Amino acid sequence: MPTHGFRLNNRAVSVESWDANQPLLYVLRGALGLHGPKFGCGLGQCGACTVLVDGQATRSCTTPVSRAAGRAVTTLEGLGTPERPSRVQAAFVAEQAAQCGYCTSGMIMVTTALLARTPKPTLDQVKQGLAGNLCRCGTHTRILRAALRAAQM
Amino acid sequence: MNPDSSAIRIPHSALSRRHLLKAGGALVVGFVFDAALPRTLTAQSRGATTDPSKPLDPAIVDSFLAIHADGSATVYSGKVDIGTGMRIAVAQMVAEEIGLPVARISVIDGDTGLCPDQGGTGGSNGLTRGGMEIRRAAATARRALLTMGADRLQRPAADLTIEDGQVRPLAGGAGVSIVSLVGDRQLSVNVDPNVTLVAPAKHTVIGKPLPRPDVVDKCTARHVYVQDFRLPGMLHGRVIRPPAVGATLESIEAASLFGIPDVRIVRIENFLGVVAKDEWAAVRAAAVLKATWTDAQTLSGHAELARHVREGAIDRDQDIVNTGDTADALRGAVKTLSATYFWPNQSHAPLGPSCAVADVRDDGATVWSSSQGTHGLRANLAKVFGLEPSKVRVVFLEGSGSYGTSGYDHAAADAVLLSKTVGQPVRVQWSRQDELRWDPKGPQQLLDLRAGLDASGRIVAWDTQMWLPTTRPGARAFLAADAAGIAQEHGMSSGLLSQNGDPPYETERVRVVAHWLKETPLVPSNLRAPGKIANVFAVESFTDEIAAAAGVDPVAFRLKRLSDARAVEVVTRTAQAFGWKERPSPNSAAKQGTLLAGRGVAYMRYKQAENYVAMAMDVTVDPASGRIAVTRVVCAHDCGLIVNPDALKNQIEGCIVQTISRTLHEEVKFDRSRVISDDFASYPILRFPEAPAVEVILIDRPDQPLMGAGEAATAPVAAAIGNAVFDATGVRLRTVPFTPDRVKGAIASASKGSSAGDAAG
Ligand code: FES
Ligand code: FES
Repeated sequence: MPTHGFRLNNRAVSVESWDANQPLLYVLRGALGLHGPKFGCGLGQCGACTVLVDGQATRSCTTPVSRAAGRAVTTLEGLGTPERPSRVQAAFVAEQAAQCGYCTSGMIMVTTALLARTPKPTLDQVKQGLAGNLCRCGTHTRILRAALRAAQM
Repeated sequence: MNPDSSAIRIPHSALSRRHLLKAGGALVVGFVFDAALPRTLTAQSRGATTDPSKPLDPAIVDSFLAIHADGSATVYSGKVDIGTGMRIAVAQMVAEEIGLPVARISVIDGDTGLCPDQGGTGGSNGLTRGGMEIRRAAATARRALLTMGADRLQRPAADLTIEDGQVRPLAGGAGVSIVSLVGDRQLSVNVDPNVTLVAPAKHTVIGKPLPRPDVVDKCTARHVYVQDFRLPGMLHGRVIRPPAVGATLESIEAASLFGIPDVRIVRIENFLGVVAKDEWAAVRAAAVLKATWTDAQTLSGHAELARHVREGAIDRDQDIVNTGDTADALRGAVKTLSATYFWPNQSHAPLGPSCAVADVRDDGATVWSSSQGTHGLRANLAKVFGLEPSKVRVVFLEGSGSYGTSGYDHAAADAVLLSKTVGQPVRVQWSRQDELRWDPKGPQQLLDLRAGLDASGRIVAWDTQMWLPTTRPGARAFLAADAAGIAQEHGMSSGLLSQNGDPPYETERVRVVAHWLKETPLVPSNLRAPGKIANVFAVESFTDEIAAAAGVDPVAFRLKRLSDARAVEVVTRTAQAFGWKERPSPNSAAKQGTLLAGRGVAYMRYKQAENYVAMAMDVTVDPASGRIAVTRVVCAHDCGLIVNPDALKNQIEGCIVQTISRTLHEEVKFDRSRVISDDFASYPILRFPEAPAVEVILIDRPDQPLMGAGEAATAPVAAAIGNAVFDATGVRLRTVPFTPDRVKGAIASASKGSSAGDAAG
């Protein structure tokens, strides 16, 4: 079986896949045992599966594993821990910006990429930045507050 | 690689009750304990491995509460937390009674092997019923601890209190730790249903906006959702459902799976599934497996739904409210109005599609599910799949928010049938399309309203006729069992649909009649604020119509007809915070550039007996595109005693934003054969650019009973939007969703001089 090597949360990994078109999401959640990226649609419509690939917010459900080869992949696990959260994670906790939290990983990953590009976004820029991410619980107001708070941290 | 695919056809008899009843063994079965599993999961399983004698009888304190030798406590809740903050609120209520810090109290919810059966979680009953039962158990424990402490300290119990894990004299002095009184032993006392609770004036934990412990776990990927749960030796399953509702399976071609590794096909009559070691292999196999199905055309199509409902066969008619002859009063009225309102089928549309893991063995079965009714699910799974109920355990693991009875129970049945058939643990993950096609739907609702006013503007008559799916006794049928030809009940229920069809305002004669429909095209189920969401939409929009016809400001019109002080307060506080200026609607002159601007208000008392909620909104309407934007929402909310104001606000904000989505965008579309709105493009939900500013005003009433708040604030949303659109445009929207096309059409027909508004049904 072909193997695909990439960096995952700052360590080198190499995974076998019987199908080079296997979406990165299934490799991350399967062989690599991660829980951060979530399956929401598999169609690129919801953002729940978002990871960073070389710092870019990327939908892992529509990214073939072969395309991750040689790149640096970061998931929610790679940002921080409950004891040492990243500033975006800390801001989401401070704002209690989750209900079911199924969308949260994708929100935090997109916000992290957004703040790297636009360190002091306006509310409107955050709304546009998160336009591709769905939240069914209606936690939008808190997520927006969390993103703006992270920008101040 | 050669596919290990074998078409196995299981005769129905293999699943017989006799076969499965041979099973013996312990209550706790198939539970693999992995020390490496994250914290949330080990907490979930702890009691099972350490204390198999754990009582489950809700009459006994120990069923709900265990105080451990290390000074921590575990609460066992039959009701579940589906992202609502129920767990922290219950921990706060228990902490208040037994004097342990909240951080030392963990809550295990919905595990049928550990938690008493407190009924399903729904109708916002998590705290009102479930939480209060637990609080009474904790208060009974408090009394027992005080009595034991009195004994030990040789002082009257009345002179003692409990704080920080100590029973102490109120006057100060040495105490005794509650651990030394009970640690790890059972209290063995019955819950006193009339036990005295810690008085509101003495609350130190209730009322605090404590953060939810699950949020930090969710923000750092430590939280284990049912979608994340894995067992050693587990296979990934997918179920292939027919392309048309009611179609039967004619044939399959196993060879179509060539090239996909380690996949097996499971076929039981019309139940078709695949299992594979690798999840992606299961996904691919389900996608490419060639199957031939018959055609079926049993549905009405969504475009015909309102007519279909109006002409549908009636199970029975029921007077919901009848305070006098409205027909007579309408004849005598100086002014009469009538209107028809319609709410479409909607999907729960959880962000993560339904998922479950089942491990069915000869000696019993364990199922991991985020069902909102794990005890009911357990009973139903046992009955349908011929398992001994005492040997089935359903372990609740939180999933993506579900907002009612979504597909989770069906996914559990899928997993049980597959696991039973292949003899290995199986995880079933529905696809996005599975979810939107096959989750039971929030029902469509059709309402005809009439009202009459006398010369002084008094409402002398109000008549509501509503068409609703009937209730049939029995459990809801599992899709998997129907497909596999397994006999089962076909109960039908979708919640308390007929409430809030009467106006909360002073009205001389009111009649509300429910026409219960025998069947509806799509299987109905509870979806957040079932029934109330459409009834309040109709009643509060129609109230606005009456106010406009009378030329009276909508807030003033309502206040004049409300006498309950709590109702008056939510309306008044909303209007104040909103900056409401008194004037009648519409006010079509208000413009923001090319946009029309309006404001709307709505009020209701949930189920006419619970929460008081009022809200006002600013909207803009783009007459060119028909697009509505809700820009600002102000909501005053009174649900009695508040346990955790921040978790409560989170729920209320969620209710409001989710219902804006339901109102503006959501309608299940179907043709004669199938649901066709099966992804987030064809079933769109609200996106961030549309998110309004939301201001929530909490009115705390510590001396009043608490009321659940998981859904009440959804109910006034649609009317508030519709009323604001009327204010902006003079056009009345009576059919949800308020899509741009519908709005444009309504504006166009109004400007042509026909009666303003869209016609429903
Ligand atoms: S799961 Fe990838 S966008 Fe929805
Ligand atoms: S918090 Fe549930 S989907 Fe966003």
